[in-house]
Amino acid sequence: MKNIYLSSYLAIKEVIRNRVRFLMVALVIALITLLVLFIAALGEGLSNANRQYVANLDAQLIVFLEKSDFSITASRLETNTVKAVRRVEGVADAGPIHTSNSEIVSLPEPLKISVLGVEAERPGMPLLIEGRQFRGGEAREAVMDRSVALRTGLAVGDEIEIRSTQGTEDRFYDLKIVGLVEEQAYFFQPTIFVPPATWELIRPQSASDLESDTPYPNIIAVKLTDPASTEEMRLRLTNQISNIEVANIQTTINNIPGYTAQQGTVQTQGAFTLLIGVLVIGGFFQIQILQKIPQIGVLKAIGSSNLVVGLSAVIQIIVVTAIGVGIGAMLNYLFSLGLPPTIPLEFNGMRSVIAILLLLLIGPLGGLVSIIYAIRIEPLKALRLG
Amino acid sequence: MSNVALEVRDLVKSFTVDGLTINAVDNVSFKIRSGEFVALVGPSGSGKTTLLSIMAALLTPTSGQVLIDGVDLASMNERLRVKLRREKIGFTFQSNNLIPFLTAQENVEFMLRLNGRVDHASRLRSGELLARLGLQDRLHNLPGQMSGGQQQRVAIARALIHQPAVVLADEPTASLDTERALQVVETFAHLIHENNRAGIIVTHDLRMCQFVDRVLQMQDGKLVRQYKTRDEIRDLVRGSVH
Ligand SMILES: Nc1ncnc2c1ncn2[C@@H]1O[C@H](COP(=O)(O)OP(=O)(O)OP(=O)(O)O)[C@@H](O)[C@H]1O
Ligand SMILES: [Mg+2]
Repeated sequence: MKNIYLSSYLAIKEVIRNRVRFLMVALVIALITLLVLFIAALGEGLSNANRQYVANLDAQLIVFLEKSDFSITASRLETNTVKAVRRVEGVADAGPIHTSNSEIVSLPEPLKISVLGVEAERPGMPLLIEGRQFRGGEAREAVMDRSVALRTGLAVGDEIEIRSTQGTEDRFYDLKIVGLVEEQAYFFQPTIFVPPATWELIRPQSASDLESDTPYPNIIAVKLTDPASTEEMRLRLTNQISNIEVANIQTTINNIPGYTAQQGTVQTQGAFTLLIGVLVIGGFFQIQILQKIPQIGVLKAIGSSNLVVGLSAVIQIIVVTAIGVGIGAMLNYLFSLGLPPTIPLEFNGMRSVIAILLLLLIGPLGGLVSIIYAIRIEPLKALRLG
Repeated sequence: MSNVALEVRDLVKSFTVDGLTINAVDNVSFKIRSGEFVALVGPSGSGKTTLLSIMAALLTPTSGQVLIDGVDLASMNERLRVKLRREKIGFTFQSNNLIPFLTAQENVEFMLRLNGRVDHASRLRSGELLARLGLQDRLHNLPGQMSGGQQQRVAIARALIHQPAVVLADEPTASLDTERALQVVETFAHLIHENNRAGIIVTHDLRMCQFVDRVLQMQDGKLVRQYKTRDEIRDLVRGSVH
């Protein structure tokens, strides 16, 4: 207890009396923090923009076409597969999901969107937070994700016009927005939901596709009676239905085109930034210890134990790192307030928390060599140097 | 007769550099009692700092013994030596004495903090001690804001504040003008006598010896002569003046 008191006394006094120097280091740490948190937020944001819809599905398994390698775009299923899946014991419900891209053109600036064809009240259709479900048939109704509303100012009740290239022509379709859902971004784009028949009508397609009116789903979202039985059900589905392969939600997310590669890139960037942080802090404290040899010699010569000297170095590094990370996190928060919704940064994710914990660790880690060095300094050095 | 605070027996310290061995301290023996103030004189390189470092448990001798308050330093492990340094020894170094980020008063009080004895009374005492050494206006100055001589005086206060058995001062007056130096050594002597400590002061300047009870003269690591009586010391001081 007395040792901790003495060490803190030394550590804090030194920081206060050399506050400019230590503030500079804290600012460097703050910048590194800012960078790491931005990368973490970018990772979280990109990841969300890519997988949000799949991650929030009310389903445990996803059915793909056999040999599609769990790629949503490569998979195209027969329409009757949905019924077959529903008949399998242990399946509570199943819903087809049709994916494609389009563009809202009835806006000052056109907006690229994901158009998802799903059945109302079935897995694949998210919970409404406003308005009502779309109707099928000739109604031409859609439900939009809040991200569409945020970017365009559209509201429930508005009409939109979308453009799709079908065959060799651009065709335009009017849709009425009747409902709102949230957190459903897919494939980096804001999303609208329409019934399968509407989807088949309005989606971009090639001339040969135009011949048929049948909407073939890309995948099927399967909700299980017992959500814990995913592995068992995966095997049962694969055995009972031909020409399919089945994955859980996490596998599906990992196989969204580019998802794994992109997350890997972002994580590598984050790791390197942390490493640079460790080196910068390590370098600073090492140089500082070299300058402090005489004073540490005196401390030891007049009877400070190695424990006190080492502990005070540790406390000092922790204090300076904490101040730096604190400043960095605050700057980061201020920045996040001023960012437009188009930039995919997500600051309140688990990743930011992990990043902050790692950042707090880089100080002691970087300073480790200098701490060991401090403990090894001989008190006699105080007498002979200078 | 008061007790022996420090005893050195047949002390030898040799250094080997490039195959050449020199005895920096060569078979030295003496005793110092509590309340006795002793000067250690000798030319540069005669082994004064080396001897002091061994007595302060900072350096282990090649052979021989050092006893502080009757306890042999050789019988102690490093932990006990650290404890001894902070409780029983006061030390001022030839240079680099103070903790640069603590003020004069904080440097002095740190010795008490180390011993877990800092309180309001001790704070007053450290202020008084610094005032007696002529530093009443410098209590809150950092070492970087003080002259070399002022720093040495702070170091003297730090070496005395915790009432150690033995006070060892390595050339504390080297960077003071003669007038100031004499004043400081006189105060030093008073403090040693008042508090009944054993004090050793290393000096080049024989005039400083007028305030001490005994002078030990070293040459080439050996203790070559002792000046014990008032008259002997007076003659030594006079000889240096002429
Ligand atoms: N660590 C060491 N290694 C080798 N030789 C040393 C070491 N320390 C001291 N010496 C030698 O021991 C001898 C005594 O040195 P010391 O510093 O004790 O002298 P001193 O009397 O204090 O001199 P000064 O008055 O100049 O301070 C010198 O010859 C010195 O070179
Ligand atoms: Mg010396």
